[in-house]
Amino acid sequence: MKLPALNNKSERPAELNRREFFKSGAAVASVTLAPGVTLMAFGGEASANADPGKRWGMLIDVNKCSTDCNACVTACSEENGWKLDGNPETDPQWIRKIDLKHKETGREASLPMMCQHCETPPCVDVCPTGASFKRVDGIVLVDKHICIGCRYCMMACPFKARSFVHEEIEDQKSNAPRGKGTVESCTLCVHRVDAGRVPACVESCSATGNGAMMFGDLNDPNSEIAQALKNYPSMGLRDDLRVNPGVRYTNL
Amino acid sequence: MKRLVTTLLVLIGLSTGAAMAGSTYPDIPKAVGAPHPEGNDYMRLNHMRLLRHDRNLTVHDGDRSIKYSIKECVACHAVMGPDALPISVQEKGHFCRNCHEFAAVKIDCFQCHNSKPEDGFIDLLKQNPPATDDEIQAYLDGMSQ
Amino acid sequence: MDRTVYREVKPTPAIWLMAVIAAAFIGAAGLAVLYIEHHGHIVTGMNNQIVWGLPHVFAIFLIVAASGALNVASIASVFGKIENKPMARYSGLLSIALLAGGLAVLVLDLGRPDRLIVAMTKYNFTSIFAWNVILYNGFFAVVGAYLFVQMARNISPKVVKSVGTAAFVWRLALTTGTGSIFGWLVARPGYDAAIMAPLFIIMSFSFGLAFFILVLGTTFPLTGRYIGPNLVKRLGRLLGVFAVAVLYFTAIRHLTNLYAAEHGDFERFILFSGNIYTKLFWIGQVLIGGVIPAAMLLRHAENTTKGQVILASVLIIIGGFAHLYGIIIGGQAFPLEIFPMYEVTSTFADGQINNYTPTIYEWALGMGGVALAVMIAGMGVVALRILPMNLSDRNIDPTEPDF
Repeated sequence: MKLPALNNKSERPAELNRREFFKSGAAVASVTLAPGVTLMAFGGEASANADPGKRWGMLIDVNKCSTDCNACVTACSEENGWKLDGNPETDPQWIRKIDLKHKETGREASLPMMCQHCETPPCVDVCPTGASFKRVDGIVLVDKHICIGCRYCMMACPFKARSFVHEEIEDQKSNAPRGKGTVESCTLCVHRVDAGRVPACVESCSATGNGAMMFGDLNDPNSEIAQALKNYPSMGLRDDLRVNPGVRYTNL
Repeated sequence: MKRLVTTLLVLIGLSTGAAMAGSTYPDIPKAVGAPHPEGNDYMRLNHMRLLRHDRNLTVHDGDRSIKYSIKECVACHAVMGPDALPISVQEKGHFCRNCHEFAAVKIDCFQCHNSKPEDGFIDLLKQNPPATDDEIQAYLDGMSQ
Repeated sequence: MDRTVYREVKPTPAIWLMAVIAAAFIGAAGLAVLYIEHHGHIVTGMNNQIVWGLPHVFAIFLIVAASGALNVASIASVFGKIENKPMARYSGLLSIALLAGGLAVLVLDLGRPDRLIVAMTKYNFTSIFAWNVILYNGFFAVVGAYLFVQMARNISPKVVKSVGTAAFVWRLALTTGTGSIFGWLVARPGYDAAIMAPLFIIMSFSFGLAFFILVLGTTFPLTGRYIGPNLVKRLGRLLGVFAVAVLYFTAIRHLTNLYAAEHGDFERFILFSGNIYTKLFWIGQVLIGGVIPAAMLLRHAENTTKGQVILASVLIIIGGFAHLYGIIIGGQAFPLEIFPMYEVTSTFADGQINNYTPTIYEWALGMGGVALAVMIAGMGVVALRILPMNLSDRNIDPTEPDF
């Protein structure tokens, strides 16, 4: 059966109209939907494709993160439709809070932990089918259409950032498809990022007033996040592995 | 033995005949939005290829301005249940299920994707006074972002 | 030397009984797979911390043993030991059967076994898993060809030797690939050592030969054919050497880890404080699977009996399971260290030793793989001229000229 050339968008005038509609729509949305400071700094206009010139990342200020705050986890769960169901061993966990206590000094800290969106992600290296992949803008995702559920990426991830869907799921969020027998993890709220918005966890963190999470383009020297990284000390987790995480921590 | 075989053959013939006569041809619920410019026959044959092609654009390249998205399928083809809200593929009468059951083809989409429209669209359908056709169409046009 | 005559095995009642038992296990595995696929992996003991469980222990054991089962054929074709030649066909058949059993388990435990076609058509070549798909499929082809040239008429011994050499190289690559699954995971202290590949090769030599001896020792009496004590004794002596070699590689692996302070906690866990994993290591792997069989096979090598060799083979197989259980489950049970020098707590088991209790479904699936291997090997010897009519010691006397 012969199909029309799908790549050639110029053949479809209706398509162009629609895209134009969206470009303007997204610019408006970024102002009205999330009026946070970080967001304004980030601004944003939806582009048709992931931008290879960008590298999305996050900076987490551990000093500003409080032990009893779980807002980022709740926001992620709400945004992406995963739930802790009372089976800690098999429940999904896209983002989790970790409490730390230094063995020698007794210093205590708390921080959110999720997919670190590495530059050289071990999960992508080991995936046999290429379902685990990194977008050109640095976001690491699972293509659940070709994930066979072998779980090798979970073995390879240095951060335990991934979980396996152990049960049938119904009524998923339209923006976060997820299903039994495949592996999933933080998507950096890719659907929001593509629409020029910030991830749900970052938004909720600034809403609490803690403002411990900052999101932005690491490659843009003028971005708030790049400026902060330039001026203050920070670290990536397991820097010894040289996977160069896109999520960075400061005051840890 | 011979008689048994003949009886079976006749039975098979009768049942295929009945199916071919169209008596069990599925109901095709009417969509909420405007019809496909490509025509229904084209979509019936090619919807899976179109979806597969565009899903790769979105998932891997981040292209959100695609023409064929499953989110838009389930919204535009929503079938309302007794509570006037869209039903899921678990329920008889769902648009996708009707044909797929007839064609005996398993749908793999809804293991991960929701078979009901996204919350925003359901809110629109619940709106009082009811949304106009233009409002619905505008929402649908906006979904490929 | 006697002329070796290969004949199909007549299906005696005993063989039928074995077939029925194997079929029952395969059926149970089929039901378990349907159940797991319907409900999801929630019904198994595997979870987000122990992502690979008992099915993987069975699968990897069978795959490793598959490569090793080819030992006898390789020794005959590649290294020219004529006395092994009569067993070469069986060696090839058994290795195909074991690989099929292992792969079946591996594939049926996938989250989406229905997407096997994706695994066969989409390859990410930085993944050792993807390479393994090619290595495993290629193994069937190469060993299949090897069996064919051995059994077909009028094939020159040179051809047999070159195909046999290809099969030998391929199986080394295959076991390297399998070992590397566990050798290249940089983040986990139990899995980041290059020694895994050679360790798996020597494990394959040992487990595969043990399996070969065990099946040979049981099928021959079952089919009323004779096998000479000297031949079994020779195989036993080789097996003893392999068992010692496995111990040696194991020692080097742990000593290397002990030397690196960052791996100290992991080694303490496996060697001293890991409860089940510590017991599996010292009692299962070292004692039952290593020291005892090595002593049985090597101490008075001239006087070992057929029964002792078979018993030692059984011990090595048990120890092999313990070994792989320790590597696969033990390696995951130990928590990932993301924050060195910190005590960590979370809702996702950070910093905790992870628990794993396999369910009946995982056992059923794993045993089904073994049964499938037995079934394929059994059907092979019934349908094809694989097994020689006798393996008396006259055949192995190297002073006698080959015919």
